Amino acid sequence: MSDANNRIGEIVKNNEVVLFMKGTPLFPQCGFSSRAVTILEHLGAPFETVDVLQDPEIRQGIKEYSDWPTIPQLYVKGEFVGGSDIMMEMFKSGELQQLVGAEAS
Amino acid sequence: MPMAAKEIERLIREAIPDAEVTIRDLAGDGDHYAARVVSARFAGMPRVKQHQLVYTALGGRMGGELHALQLETAAPTGDE
Repeated sequence: MSDANNRIGEIVKNNEVVLFMKGTPLFPQCGFSSRAVTILEHLGAPFETVDVLQDPEIRQGIKEYSDWPTIPQLYVKGEFVGGSDIMMEMFKSGELQQLVGAEAS
Repeated sequence: MPMAAKEIERLIREAIPDAEVTIRDLAGDGDHYAARVVSARFAGMPRVKQHQLVYTALGGRMGGELHALQLETAAPTGDE
């Protein structure tokens, strides 16, 4: 369990924008994950994805890591941002563009 | 097992008594909902915390028997 925690910590630390999702950007396996990918594609910033369906340990571990019960989950600069509803709200208000765009290295 | 809209509303109100809860059954199948929750408790609270408060109210059902709940939270006035 703490192994999953470490692995997630590494992924989140090493990727500026990373989405834990069901499926892949090309073939999302859930409507919420699909919506999250669409939002990120609109932003135009590069992002990584992790398909939790390929890794049961991560699938369970990510929920404990962030104390968040659902997938997808977005992390930017090591911080948990939220699920697809929060992503949509932040996209509409322009906050997400700011978060992803600012200090891009 | 699907959950009734009334039950979702009741659980949220129980945990957040001043909450104004609006629930829409998106697909008419008793399994895909959108909920809007307005409460003074959310004022000044980050969105993640607001949603976590609602998820806690739902007592672990989120992601389990309650698969599809689109959630929107807000404080009563001002910050929208």
